[in-house]
Amino acid sequence: MAVLNWQIVTVTAIRAETPHVKTLSLLVPGWQSHRPGQHVDIRLTAEDGYQAQRSYSIASAPSDQPVIDLSIELVDDGEVSPFLHDAVVVGDRFEVRGPIGGYFAWDGAAADPLLLVAGGSGVVPLMAMVRHRAEIGSAVPCTLLYSSRTVTDIIYAEELQRLNGEDDGLRVIHTLTRSQPPGWTGYSRRVDMRMIAEVLEGTGRMAQAFVCGPTPLVESVAESLVSIGLAPSQVRTERFGPTGG
Amino acid sequence: MTDQSPDYDRATALTLDANAIAGLLMEVFGTEMTVAASRCTHCGNRAQIGSLRAYIHAPGVVLRCSTCTGVVLRLMRRADGSYLVDARGAAYIRM
Repeated sequence: MAVLNWQIVTVTAIRAETPHVKTLSLLVPGWQSHRPGQHVDIRLTAEDGYQAQRSYSIASAPSDQPVIDLSIELVDDGEVSPFLHDAVVVGDRFEVRGPIGGYFAWDGAAADPLLLVAGGSGVVPLMAMVRHRAEIGSAVPCTLLYSSRTVTDIIYAEELQRLNGEDDGLRVIHTLTRSQPPGWTGYSRRVDMRMIAEVLEGTGRMAQAFVCGPTPLVESVAESLVSIGLAPSQVRTERFGPTGG
Repeated sequence: MTDQSPDYDRATALTLDANAIAGLLMEVFGTEMTVAASRCTHCGNRAQIGSLRAYIHAPGVVLRCSTCTGVVLRLMRRADGSYLVDARGAAYIRM
């Protein structure tokens, strides 16, 4: 029987990814690795005993080290993310349990091409898949369609650019919904049915799709994929609705 | 989210996937449940638990069928720490 226990983790590094996203590296003693796409639950306990709990996707690929990275978006009126952004320093400790969730996971065993669609920080669990795919040298074709508001909001921008250049099997396609820098060659609108159809053209109907982001984006992308002809079982979704940040 | 259309249905915006509550499901059932198969009593749809729609803002958690929106599972944590599971909406759960 699987055991899911809360355990104390230690923050070993903090990195700013964008103005609103920070990556925390956590030392998790006895971590037994994870599958790309899985998440952990974080529990913070105040001095008066009040507890707040949130789920965060793991950004790092599985490894033999007991360290995981979580990339956390700041939700201004949230309860947990402002603490993780503004109060936490290297050496701090809090409680984590996981890895959790086998449904939204890809570990490289399947041969079907991958179609990853991300909105904002929805890229985090998909990045674990992209990183894992690169690390194991997988030949599975992979397309990442990634929607951000502006170019400075693109998380992992440099790493994605590097991986995209190194690997013919990986296509990274960006869309910027709010503003675009001069000379922008990517898409410049919200993800829509036409965009999904164009992207799927280069991926094929056999694709296994993973879609993660704000609920409206996830709903619209999943509906588009199914109406284009993918079976519902080919489309796995992870909505991050308003869970309070 | 500022990127959502103004007429966006609030109930839809509050929807999560059951995968998001995988931790709670593991607490209740003692094993990874999101890849377990269930069959909806209302429409007969077979699906992995992780694909059900999760509504976490109700008292307790409600999991609905992604096809017919019928309630498949209801989970509630009681004051004494025990759990109440209403599984009338699941013809079966294979785990």
